Amino acid sequence: MKMTKLAALAAATMLAGMPAAWAEGVKVGMITTLSGGGAGLGIDARDGFMLAVKLAGRDDLDVVIEDDQRKPEIAVQLADKMIQSEKVDVLTGIIWSNLAMAVVPAAVAQGKFYLSVNAAPSALAGKGCNPNYFSVSYQNDNLHEAAGAYLAKAGFKKPFILAPNYPAGKDSLTGMKRFYTGELAGEVYTKLGQTDYAAEIAQIRASGADSVFFFLPGGMGISFMKQYADSGVNLPVVGPAFSFDQGILGAVGQAALGVKNTSQWSKDIDNAANKAFVDGFQAEYGRLPSLYAAQGFDTANLLISAMNKADVKDADAFRAALKEADFPSVRGKFSFASNNHPIQDIYVREVVMEGDVITNKIVDTAMTDHANAYVDACKM
Amino acid sequence: MSALLLIEQILNGLQSGVMLFLMAAGLTLVFGVMGLINLAHGSLYMVGAFAAAGAAAATGSFVVALVAALAAAAAAGALIEMLVIRRLYERDHLDQVLATFALILILSEGTRWLFGSFPLYLDVPDWLSGSVTLPGGIQYPLYRLAIIVVGLAVAAGLFGLISRTRLGIRIRAGEADREMIAALGVDISKLYTMVFALGAALAGLAGALVGAIQSVQVGMGEPVLILAFVVIVIGGIGSIKGAFIGALLVGLTETLGGVLLPQLFGLFMDPSAATTVGASLASMAIYILMAVVLIWRPSGLFGVRA
Repeated sequence: MKMTKLAALAAATMLAGMPAAWAEGVKVGMITTLSGGGAGLGIDARDGFMLAVKLAGRDDLDVVIEDDQRKPEIAVQLADKMIQSEKVDVLTGIIWSNLAMAVVPAAVAQGKFYLSVNAAPSALAGKGCNPNYFSVSYQNDNLHEAAGAYLAKAGFKKPFILAPNYPAGKDSLTGMKRFYTGELAGEVYTKLGQTDYAAEIAQIRASGADSVFFFLPGGMGISFMKQYADSGVNLPVVGPAFSFDQGILGAVGQAALGVKNTSQWSKDIDNAANKAFVDGFQAEYGRLPSLYAAQGFDTANLLISAMNKADVKDADAFRAALKEADFPSVRGKFSFASNNHPIQDIYVREVVMEGDVITNKIVDTAMTDHANAYVDACKM
Repeated sequence: MSALLLIEQILNGLQSGVMLFLMAAGLTLVFGVMGLINLAHGSLYMVGAFAAAGAAAATGSFVVALVAALAAAAAAGALIEMLVIRRLYERDHLDQVLATFALILILSEGTRWLFGSFPLYLDVPDWLSGSVTLPGGIQYPLYRLAIIVVGLAVAAGLFGLISRTRLGIRIRAGEADREMIAALGVDISKLYTMVFALGAALAGLAGALVGAIQSVQVGMGEPVLILAFVVIVIGGIGSIKGAFIGALLVGLTETLGGVLLPQLFGLFMDPSAATTVGASLASMAIYILMAVVLIWRPSGLFGVRA
């Protein structure tokens, strides 16, 4: 009798633990950058994603993780392998836009879902949009647009703007100028991967600018900020969050203090989901989370929210469940525009010293309920 | 553009040139003396930067950091020569390229395993930070001036070493005829280890000096390696003098090209298109320079080999 009761209890617990959607669960293929120079970003996105899976206690969510080495051809091979032999239902994880362009169109054409933890090139937001492709992070232009809006709002009259000479760099300056329409002191495209900015800093000094806007992701931004701080040019600096994110601030050091940067997430956004995320991340991995970790965390929670509502094998229902975005985002409010990119607030953060840690705090809101410029171009 | 800005940009070109020389000197010595293509030279630059960042974090002293960079890169160089490179001298260049490419992957992932995936912090020491006012009113960062001075001093030291010391004689003899000096009783394998360690130490020094104003991260050596190859091809393989002139040419072309070309196109195009076209052409400038030099002198400016 006792045994039967126990067994019944166990069965009931199992049932309660099961998702409302029946089947054998969801298999996710995560392709991200885990080795080489850009590995910090992929590792953070992965850790954020896996933290959400762990906190939700979902053992019906199976994640296969592979390293793309930041190479498009390897990302394509991995995607083929995951779709054909691992039979994944959902793909995610790609950090870089050129890799996303190589993988996403083919994956969604085969009926798979793709949830972006970071890369969201304009080509996939406008004409190339797809009902099975969702960007949980932003549209690539968003943070640049917000920086432009902030420069205009803060009353700067003559910013000097620079970005690397490649598609995302051009999108950056275009996005910035979409919301800052005033005069520019100068506009410079640097070489991709450039590490010495003495020439550009000399131009900034000579240009009579009143502020500097730059988009230099990864090591480029670290180099620029260190050299800028040492140059004696003391103009205010504004940029997208990428060069001032938690993974990078340690390497820039005090040179970054006081810089304003735009981001849709910050660790001091006050809501329960964000607090659970920041505390959980520190407890699990022993470091402060970055923007990429926050995006990974939200991506996993979006997926889990859809799993609670629909079976992934029923693509229409699952797609509708994803589109509802019914999950507690670490950013607070979050919804999808008609082209499956977020509508969200974008904040202005300032780099500050907290104890002996260099980090960001929110000082202003650059844009409220901002979607993106490609909504109308997307027909689906 | 004002004359002052132009002088400042020339100084910038000079500074990037002398750093390139530190990289290219080791590469050209190894290629000239041992006939070895060492793709892993950029990894030694990275080893130097990481050793410096580690030592600076532990001791807080920039001088200790530089010494650590020299020692770590030289030790890594000697170790690599004895364990791997030594087996490659008799092989053809394809095998060397394959093996040294493998070394890049091993060193990169090894460094990531030791130091983590995030860029490290290494900053200019307080006594070299800030800028100084040069005659004529140019504001120039003190640290960059220091880099120029260190680079020129190392170049002078290297010329002295090659032309006036016994080791230098052996190095030059090794370049000319390695069988003969082995027959004359010079311990050629010890000489090779020393040359390789010397080249590695120079790369490590460059990594540490540059790491303080750039970012110390895995894979930082490869872009510099490409430039260093351009330098030694322009200068003539095996020639220290060629590496020096080539490095300055490449440094100046890259810096001034990036500044002047967009302005040149700005004279007859609208600003936005001019920056795009100018920036693209500036990226090509050093390769165009290399092509022109090779048409004029197929073995490089100071190349000895036909």
